[in-house]
Amino acid sequence: MEAVTDELVVACNGMIGREVFTANDREANFYMIGSMGLASSIGLGAAMCRPDKRVLVIDGDGNVLMGAGALASVAAEAPKNLLHVVLDNEAHGSTGGQRTISNRVPLEAMARGAGYRSAERVDAAELADRLPAFLKGDGPAMLLVKVEPGNMQGIARVSHTPPEIARRFARALQA
Amino acid sequence: MPKSKELLSALDGAGYDFFAGVPCSLLKGVIRELDADPKWGYASATREDSAVGMAVGAWMAGRKPALFLQNSGLGTCMNALVSLDTIYEIPALLVSSWRGEGGKDAPEHLVMGEIMRDFYDMLGLPWRVLRPDHVAEDVAAITQTIAERSVPGALIVSKGILDASS
Repeated sequence: MEAVTDELVVACNGMIGREVFTANDREANFYMIGSMGLASSIGLGAAMCRPDKRVLVIDGDGNVLMGAGALASVAAEAPKNLLHVVLDNEAHGSTGGQRTISNRVPLEAMARGAGYRSAERVDAAELADRLPAFLKGDGPAMLLVKVEPGNMQGIARVSHTPPEIARRFARALQA
Repeated sequence: MPKSKELLSALDGAGYDFFAGVPCSLLKGVIRELDADPKWGYASATREDSAVGMAVGAWMAGRKPALFLQNSGLGTCMNALVSLDTIYEIPALLVSSWRGEGGKDAPEHLVMGEIMRDFYDMLGLPWRVLRPDHVAEDVAAITQTIAERSVPGALIVSKGILDASS
């Protein structure tokens, strides 16, 4: 989250949203606490309506697979201001670490096939080097980061109520 | 004025300015109008729940979303309506067809046609059946309800209300 500056961040449900909240809570973060699979659709709607703002979706492999049709919608609408980071641990980390199928199905290839401007896979060790350039580039772009299963220690639950999350994000998005 | 144009005019008058959905033959005229004119814009979604997600992003960007769907799609987007729109208190208008009304339709529409209204009631979401002679009034009424309660709500369109081809 250190590389994130003025981007509007939409974080998917589960541990990823809670980790984003714990690492750097800010008005410009939307924490999707339910509705698995829809983070990229929410980010797409925001990006389409505010082309002057950069929208970063922080997603997981389970979410991308559940909302896989949204890869096609993102590619079809092709907002230049939509960036999609996928933390791929090949597991449902919030429900006990059950396997997804992203070990066999390369999600970045699905995004590329759908028509993302770019979609690349990197290792966790490369992320810090690659992220700044990725955040400055044109979308729709995916950066898929292969990470180890397991979650950050001392992770908090999002303390804002859902209506508060929506309204403060709306303020940041409309600012 | 053709009914599809009348509905669009009523939606425009009520301030709707973001449109997305998954089509139904009962709504094809109005979707064709929307998609043909860049002044409206229409995002063709792959699933109804994805359209609900886009509408949430649009609403947070300051827009007023109206979504189009077949009533079968209500099942597809139930979790989005409950676990996204309802808990975050985000309104959206669902312009939903009513396939299976009165038990006269293809078999795949009969169950949802029968339970749709109870389904909305169970979800705690308001709905209103569009009357052909009160289009603007019905759009305004459901718009006011969803704005006051900050929830999604449905404008239900029976077969034969809108001109299917235009």
